[in-house]
Amino acid sequence: MATTETPAPRQMTVIYNREDKIFRGVVTGGALTSLIVLGLIGVFLFMRGAQIFGDKGIQFITGTNWTAGSGDGVIPDDFSIGAMLVGTIVVSLIALVIAVPLAIGGALYLEFYAPRRIRRTLVTLLDLAASIPSLIFGLWGIEIFTGFGERWAVLINNWLGFIPIFSVEFDNFGRSPFIAGCVLGSLIIPITTSVAREVYSRTPRDLVDTCYALGGNKWGALRAVVIPYGKSGVIGGAMLGLGRALGETVAVYLLLNLVFRYNFRILESEGGNVASLIATKFGEATEYELNALVAAGFVLFLLTLVVNMTATTIVQRSTPRA
Amino acid sequence: MSNTSTTVSATANETTAFAGLETRGAHAWFGKHHALRDISLTFPARTVTGIIGPSGCGKSTFIRLLNRMHEFIPGAAMAGSVLLHGNDIYEPTVDAAEVRLKVGMVFQKPNPFPAMTIRENVLSGIKLAHLKRPNHDDIVENCLTRAGLWKEVKDRLGASGGSLSGGQQQRLCIARSLAVEPEVLLMDEPCSALDPGSTLRIEETIKELAEKITVIIVTHNMQQASRVSDYCAFFLTDGGPGYLVEADSTRKIFTNPSDPRTADYVQGKFG
Amino acid sequence: MSTTMSSETAATVEPQTPWSTPRAIRIRTTSVVALSAAFAVVVVLFTGVAGIDGWAITFMGLSIVVVLARTSRAGSKERKDALMRVIITSAAVTAFAPWLSIFGSVILKGYLGIRPNFFSQDMRTTTPDDFLEFGGALHAIVGSLLMVLIASAITLPLGILSGVYLTEVRGRLTFLVRFVVQSMSGVPSIVAGLFIYTTWVTATESFSAFAGALALAVLMLPTVARTAEEVLKLVPEDLRAAGYALGARQWRTAFMVVIPTVRSGLTTAAILGVARVIGETAPLLLTSLSNSALRFHPFDGPIASLPTYVFGYLQIGTEYAIARAWTGSLVLLAIVFVLFTLARRFGGKDKR
Repeated sequence: MATTETPAPRQMTVIYNREDKIFRGVVTGGALTSLIVLGLIGVFLFMRGAQIFGDKGIQFITGTNWTAGSGDGVIPDDFSIGAMLVGTIVVSLIALVIAVPLAIGGALYLEFYAPRRIRRTLVTLLDLAASIPSLIFGLWGIEIFTGFGERWAVLINNWLGFIPIFSVEFDNFGRSPFIAGCVLGSLIIPITTSVAREVYSRTPRDLVDTCYALGGNKWGALRAVVIPYGKSGVIGGAMLGLGRALGETVAVYLLLNLVFRYNFRILESEGGNVASLIATKFGEATEYELNALVAAGFVLFLLTLVVNMTATTIVQRSTPRA
Repeated sequence: MSNTSTTVSATANETTAFAGLETRGAHAWFGKHHALRDISLTFPARTVTGIIGPSGCGKSTFIRLLNRMHEFIPGAAMAGSVLLHGNDIYEPTVDAAEVRLKVGMVFQKPNPFPAMTIRENVLSGIKLAHLKRPNHDDIVENCLTRAGLWKEVKDRLGASGGSLSGGQQQRLCIARSLAVEPEVLLMDEPCSALDPGSTLRIEETIKELAEKITVIIVTHNMQQASRVSDYCAFFLTDGGPGYLVEADSTRKIFTNPSDPRTADYVQGKFG
Repeated sequence: MSTTMSSETAATVEPQTPWSTPRAIRIRTTSVVALSAAFAVVVVLFTGVAGIDGWAITFMGLSIVVVLARTSRAGSKERKDALMRVIITSAAVTAFAPWLSIFGSVILKGYLGIRPNFFSQDMRTTTPDDFLEFGGALHAIVGSLLMVLIASAITLPLGILSGVYLTEVRGRLTFLVRFVVQSMSGVPSIVAGLFIYTTWVTATESFSAFAGALALAVLMLPTVARTAEEVLKLVPEDLRAAGYALGARQWRTAFMVVIPTVRSGLTTAAILGVARVIGETAPLLLTSLSNSALRFHPFDGPIASLPTYVFGYLQIGTEYAIARAWTGSLVLLAIVFVLFTLARRFGGKDKR
């Protein structure tokens, strides 16, 4: 008998029995706990720091003072992270400028120039380098790198000192954003190189072969196919590195003097970043100052969050292009 | 009958000049694996030669010997000689990139450069080889016309290379190979990823191309070989290295082959 | 016919690679490179260019000049290719140089302190100026282990459960959980420390190992959850389908089919989580501080850890204190490397 109408779809329900209900309950509970714990942090940071935002508004981010009040109202509390934010960004940018070209070169070398026998060793070394704790970078920075860095800073100041960012007020080249930036740059090269190498290795083989079939050589193939293909992946890797540099505490703490001034002269011995500010000041902070530190932490957290999410989106989007 | 050094111009009163492309005792290895054994073939100029045979008998490996693409595979090795205009292209003094300018290749899967426009794709070979050719517009029109694509894309040369259909993309790849003015064009199963309509159009293009250059086409499809080629070379393998069974004019291969295995293959009894 | 004739020739044919650079040219290239390196040394010795960085820059400059000279008669295509080869190789060497320097200096400067007493004593009676035969880092090592253990005990179950939730149960909170886990993996370590400081430490009015462990847990949890989810996602759907088709309940399928398949992957997740936090300094500065005596009580006040040990002695700055800092770094680095090697070993063992 032919029916002329399609029947309405039947509801298919799943009823879990007791065992499964317990299982699902436990698992959901675990996930929920993680959710709550992690989400609590963001909520808490905001609420605890909200008072500062309320009191100072946008000036919290633009001002440069960080003075604890005398407690009796004579000298007011005045906390703002402007100088430290600028310091964070300046040092991270220096790190990026140094790290990205070297990471691209390193990735291209590993994928296309390294002899097969040493490539695997180098890739292992690369992974190990990415796992070195930043504390050790700080130690190496102070004890070993500073000598080199100061020498280069003097050279840069001698030859390029007429450009404002390379000029200095005092002739002390020791603990400058430049040196901190170089050390941070070394810190983020492994991540960026790894991501870039991953992307380059996924270049479609026949596009590269076509370049050779048309009479091109290796650099021709790299320029026409590989580098354009890997562009977004490399940007994503650079942003991941940037995210890491923004939140870096210990290396900067060891390498930079905290000076509460906007400083764009990268060879000058002053700077600081938000993370090292928190590490320095938390010990003797009053209640109010603590709130200011929490607010600073919240701003830093938002900054790294934005950068990291952008990076992940870019890296993910560059993947299915093959 | 010399079947070893099978000169395809066995019918000597053909009006073909000596081709300029010839292999003598060519072998190919991948590491320890012997892939091709003792291939000796001559390719007459301005003809289409089809390389036929069941899969796995080294046809693609063979044509990659002809434009020095075989050596890109790690562990690759070869023996014998490949002569272009009487000169062995594997001499140490020969620049492999120069060889590839003269012996072009179109691959199985259409692969225009996705980051380039149609116009840039056609000119990409010239850029890659740093050739000095001042008349880019003429080259673009010329090559796209010879590839049978000009009318369809002449108003959108700035569109991305990936925005065309499969058959159009393959014709774009043909145009791209033509831009560097090769004397020989190798085609590795160029229609196997395309629909029948596009396949037929490309086969017409191949026949037109052969008026000026030599075409060597690897194909799985015997009907295509019989439609398109002037000469055919039949490869076979017994589980070991691929070898040449018979090479002759297409007419002879398909109507009255010398070797019973050839007869079996073209009648569809295997492969 | 072709077979008989070929078998004769086949016996005498050897595979060749006529495209590889002939030995003579390779020797010539190597000697040119060696000469340039030597010449750069001469330049360094006799001009104002100083140090190993000066040598490196001179050598790279020389290489570029040599390459340009050798390709001056070739086309622009060959010249660019050769030039870019030198530049890219130089960039790669420069990129690798810092880590090589770190590995080298940590080993060279740290091994002096590797003595039995380093692993068996603490610093309660030793001053920073004492020779390296006195005192050790036992308290720091124990402290680190203690905190990592507590942090793992909290994080591993939660992280794995979250991963299981996202892949097996897939309830209504899925998007939220994934989003929060993703965003939290970017928390700067100092912020995690600050969070625990302003909550737990202030509430209990003490620094402790437990506080430190909490801060580490905050950093570990996203890593473990994400790796667990990725590993579980790799289990093919037909495996689960096979389980259900046999009539198994969901929890049985999960426990007996899915999880055993990814056992090594989950172990990797755990190891990677530990490796991530064991070198963290900043959060510990705010939660567990440091001390100089061996201690096991997780709630009883400040406790040392390897990172704060290194950090502290680095800041003291005397000759022997810095030597201790290098030795501590060497031990820390060794631990991290061992963990990563283990993770790699386990990571490859899953049956797909």
